[in-house]
Amino acid sequence: MSRIAACFAELKAQGRAAFVPFVTAGDPDFDTSRAILEALPGAGADLIELGMPFSDPMADGPAVQASSLRALHAGATMARTFKLVRGFRQRDAKTPIVLMGYYNPVHARGAERFVREAAEAGVDGFIIVDLPPEEDAVLLKPANAAGIDIIRLVTPTTHDARLVTVLNGASGYLYYVSITGVTGTKSFAENDVKTALARIKKASTLPVAVGFGIRTPAQAAQIARIADAAVVGSAIVSVIAERQKDGKDKIVAAVSELCRALADSIHAQAGAKVRA
Amino acid sequence: MSTLPNSIRSGPDASGHFGAFGGRFVAETLMPLLLELEQAYEAAQNDPSFHKELDGLLTHYVGRESPLYFAPRLTEHFGGAKIYLKREDLNHTGAHKINNCLGQILLARRMGKTRIIAETGAGQHGVATATVAARFGLPCVVYMGEVDTERQKPNVFRMNLLGATVRPVTSGSRTLKDATNEALRDWVANVEDTFYIIGSVVGPHPYPTIVRDFQTVIGNETRAQMLAQDGKLPDLVVACVGGGSNAIGMFHPFVDDAEVEIHGVEAAGEGVDTSRHAATITKGSPGVLHGARSYLLQDAEGQILEAHSISAGLDYPGVGPEHSWLKDIGRVKYFSATDQEALDSFQLLSRLEGIIPALESAHALAHVAKIAPKMRKDQAIAVCLSGRGDKDVFSVAQALGEKI
Repeated sequence: MSRIAACFAELKAQGRAAFVPFVTAGDPDFDTSRAILEALPGAGADLIELGMPFSDPMADGPAVQASSLRALHAGATMARTFKLVRGFRQRDAKTPIVLMGYYNPVHARGAERFVREAAEAGVDGFIIVDLPPEEDAVLLKPANAAGIDIIRLVTPTTHDARLVTVLNGASGYLYYVSITGVTGTKSFAENDVKTALARIKKASTLPVAVGFGIRTPAQAAQIARIADAAVVGSAIVSVIAERQKDGKDKIVAAVSELCRALADSIHAQAGAKVRA
Repeated sequence: MSTLPNSIRSGPDASGHFGAFGGRFVAETLMPLLLELEQAYEAAQNDPSFHKELDGLLTHYVGRESPLYFAPRLTEHFGGAKIYLKREDLNHTGAHKINNCLGQILLARRMGKTRIIAETGAGQHGVATATVAARFGLPCVVYMGEVDTERQKPNVFRMNLLGATVRPVTSGSRTLKDATNEALRDWVANVEDTFYIIGSVVGPHPYPTIVRDFQTVIGNETRAQMLAQDGKLPDLVVACVGGGSNAIGMFHPFVDDAEVEIHGVEAAGEGVDTSRHAATITKGSPGVLHGARSYLLQDAEGQILEAHSISAGLDYPGVGPEHSWLKDIGRVKYFSATDQEALDSFQLLSRLEGIIPALESAHALAHVAKIAPKMRKDQAIAVCLSGRGDKDVFSVAQALGEKI
């Protein structure tokens, strides 16, 4: 069983939802990023989405844009992203890591080489935001062969007929984008998300994570009651931005504190989940 | 050996690809909208009333057809081929951009969209979009890089006069690429009511096709005018290429005419061997940006590089996917002209023909300056004069060290 499948199976047995933090690889610099990554499981992370920095993150709001630029200014490269994952894997064999980002850095490396290096480093899944099912065959084939999941995005505009296309080839889990908009800019409406999740659950047995509009522990708890995982990104990288001048230890402490609060709030919803 | 299709004009394929280029590389939120847009566009193309309305507006609002002007003194100056200028600078709003904006806003109305957004570099597309939005009474937001709002102040004022809101973009290099990112972010957040009028033959399918089709009026007119005025097709067709909308509009009706040579001219900025240029096809490599696979200026990691040109309209690190394909199959040759060469041609045309060209178009003229003297006097060149240069007088004065 893959690390992602094992993670959701264990959570299901415990009747609770996953806390999924998003951080950008190399933000604000390589060493601090490594320390943040290593602290996340202890702060309650069940699965980690690790952003691959890109100069033109079209689907992201100001917080994640700034995070990507901080990493690039500090010398982030794809090789160093893999180095972070390799280092993490040596200490943690359990927590799944999903690489999230845009297609061009993958394209520049070549999809096959990218998948091979990711597999060697211990990556478990890919979310490539601007690579819809119509275009992702180039990544899907080598990823499947390497046992890496392709996590597809479902959005409020994904109607039922289109959902079939999105689900075809999806594995690991589904990522439901809770708002129409870029990351970290709007808040979700609980009823809309509930309706969408019921629709998705009817069409797929994959776990569903919800993200894009979750900032606070209270919002995370709302999502944990209705979904399999809650993803928080902008709120976390905003803490990195605020504490950037304070040095590694304080940044890690501040990120851990926020993650602990989010995780506790999510994990406290055990057993309350509505299953479609 | 690769084989060419029977017609080079038949692309893209059903999934929006021109050979290995094009496609739809966007977030899932936008995919259903692009599919809907594709259907709406097909329906419009098959609806005679759509064409009737568009043709009426092109005639009475834009002032088409635009003249094809034989430039006697420029021809004499170079001493070679006859030079004909396709006068897109005489269109309402002063450039070719309005051809596409009218087509797209009619499409927006058919789709029931009530809010218009656009990106702009030099401001010509922003002005054209603000113009058609005013004409049809729709609210309009134009994203423009902060750097460009500085170097194209008159166009910012024009857009405001026309009732549009100009949002300066402060992310990234604060130019056209970043304005496009921001327009895409707006679109994702306002999918219900908003129509994004893309200004060039870039972006996800079906945009490169839609914009091309609306700009093809340039080449169709030029072709007929050349036959009428010169008795034959031109030996060479030339246009400047940023994203490449005036160029594809000019080129497309000629691509199946094997006897017509076609040259696109990119902005070489301070030189293609420096880091400050916008010669995407000449110096770039294939990649994915703003929804399509095409040539890009990028580093080895796939991070997008900043482009540079004295002309804000050519200052873009990407290019239309169909141009990338036309380059790879060898049908169109791509060259470049530097800031200085464009400045020289800007002044030359002003003095010899009494026509102040846009700095963008001056790049095409700079290439003509190199080619025309080598051609015979019975040969002819058709150049797309894509816009007028009134908007550029401040930046040209600055480049020439004069204060106005």
